[in-house]
Amino acid sequence: MTRILLMGNPNVGKSVLFSRLTGVQAIVSNYPGTTISYTRGNMKLAEELAEVIDVPGTYTLEPTSEAEEIALRLLDSGDIVINVVNAINLERNLYLTLQLLERGVPMVVALNLWDDTKHRGIDIDLEKLEERLGVPVIPTVAVTGQGVKELVENIPRATSPQLPPTTRDQRWAAIGQIIEQVQHIRHRHHTWRERLSDASVKPLSGGFIALGILAASFFIIRLIGEGLINYVLNPLFDTLWAPVISRLSQLMGSTGFLHDIVIGKLIDGEVDFVQSFGLLTSGLYVPFGMVLPYIVSFYFVLGILEDTGYLPRLAVLMDTIMHRLGLHGYAIIPTLLGLGCNVPAILATRILESKRERFIAATLISIAVPCAALQAMIFGLVGERGIGYVAIVYGTLFIVWIILGFILNRTVKGFSPELLIEIPPYRLPPWRTVLQKLWFRTYGFLAEAIPIILGAILVINVLYILGVFDAIANFTAPVVTGLLGLPKEAVTALVIGFLRKDVALGMLAPLALTSGQLVVGSVVLAMLFPCIATFVVMFRELGVVNLLKAVGVMIVAALVTGGILNLIL
Amino acid sequence: MRRHMHGFGGRFRPEAELVTLVQLKSGQSGTVVDIQGGRRMTDRFNALGIIPGKKITKTSAMLMRGPVTIEVDRVEVAIGFGMANKVMVKPDRVP
Repeated sequence: MTRILLMGNPNVGKSVLFSRLTGVQAIVSNYPGTTISYTRGNMKLAEELAEVIDVPGTYTLEPTSEAEEIALRLLDSGDIVINVVNAINLERNLYLTLQLLERGVPMVVALNLWDDTKHRGIDIDLEKLEERLGVPVIPTVAVTGQGVKELVENIPRATSPQLPPTTRDQRWAAIGQIIEQVQHIRHRHHTWRERLSDASVKPLSGGFIALGILAASFFIIRLIGEGLINYVLNPLFDTLWAPVISRLSQLMGSTGFLHDIVIGKLIDGEVDFVQSFGLLTSGLYVPFGMVLPYIVSFYFVLGILEDTGYLPRLAVLMDTIMHRLGLHGYAIIPTLLGLGCNVPAILATRILESKRERFIAATLISIAVPCAALQAMIFGLVGERGIGYVAIVYGTLFIVWIILGFILNRTVKGFSPELLIEIPPYRLPPWRTVLQKLWFRTYGFLAEAIPIILGAILVINVLYILGVFDAIANFTAPVVTGLLGLPKEAVTALVIGFLRKDVALGMLAPLALTSGQLVVGSVVLAMLFPCIATFVVMFRELGVVNLLKAVGVMIVAALVTGGILNLIL
Repeated sequence: MRRHMHGFGGRFRPEAELVTLVQLKSGQSGTVVDIQGGRRMTDRFNALGIIPGKKITKTSAMLMRGPVTIEVDRVEVAIGFGMANKVMVKPDRVP
């Protein structure tokens, strides 16, 4: 089967084009480094099936990061390359193009973001460019699909002029000549987007913009999340599902082994969707009624932030602070992703250049950045006791993030390189990609979380009935009760936290904790042991030694923080 | 330039006009003359098309040794303070 590689600089729209060609949905955003691993799909090419690979963005074939190394390795396996080029910045993009031409692999050039050239005052002579490069050049607008058909028709024309290998200076000189012949820039005035762009990276205005955007994001996430819970999901559960469950509970005799597993324990003689802990009660209410609304609202807002191109600007603003934590500004992107789910966040640390940075970033995320599922439960359960307690949980985690980063920066060996990133222009988020991405991520949550949540609840009930939890509770009582001031039964929640954090926090609900205890429990649960999925991805990305180091830091940090909170509250 | 050198004897060196990206004022344009970093740094700058001879404009700089933002070939690039300090630029004459 013919293998086609989509290659080009970061953030030129390769993933959008990939989705257009194959129909396979790939995560698309407006910042360099969204695609950190490769995605494959198939397309029809002259009545035959061809494989298409969405290669991570690379500026050069002399790799300077892990994503670029992946790109280089993939290049050897490809039959045809579609070199996706940003028409706005032909100079720099042609460097990779010339390198690819020197490799002798058959190629077509997709001159993407073609629509932007007109209002940016850039004229490009397509015929001349095609003649100079010696390969077909097709203007495309991947977001709207314009030119994609022509691109597909021209794939069979892919060819290579087999340029002789040269040096950097010669390549830049050749590019200079090409640009002089094919590109003409007309003078024009700054647009409002460019003025806004400049304001976002200036100290004073940038700080206000960042505060405004973060406050608005928080407000919108709360508004949508609570709105969905109060006006859609709670009414659905209360009017449709509750009667069915009560009836079923009666039919099963309101008690007994099977009843405890399916319906759970009755609270004051009634089914309680949070506290009963049966498969059909908490097993459905926790993921759908409490967590899903916040998954939807969080990823909706994150998607908009990603697609407008704001995140790299936030990275510039945060750079000085992040340096104190042994990271640079770009680490804010994996950290924000971690507020959704720690798994993609730890994968996204690949955009950082050194091993040291990746270790620090991943450790901080797994300890001090609560995922959306856990946050939804914190809002649901701790929020009942007053928004002030929620603020204590968040404030504590934020302080832990800062202090721990500071300590890791002082103790972890190695070096952290500095920030060097391209800042994409602001764009209005295309609604289609925002909604597609939201659906993609929500579906991912449901497909991965629901089986584990149901499995966890089954395991919890069986272990309860077998008395295993009592044994663990008695064994760990000195730490849990003595140090953290929690009832010894709370340890079951900490153990289950290894499977799912949302379910684990739900297990604290029936324990009649004081507000202070609930805060301690939430913080310790957030910090101690990442869930199993995060654990696996940390093992894969960091290796076993670093994973064990991270776990050591985690246990000490969680117990110290929990102990201090217990003394204060 | 010739006429400024008049009267300075031979001591006026052309390098004296060079500034680092950190010293260049926001809004000012100039030409990159030298990147005084190691191999790794010049590799990364080369990948972004920031090479000697390239025209750039400084957009802004963050406070407290924060990154410098420049425009090069219509693209914005943010550069950490330490690196920006190693990029020598010849500022354009302000008319």
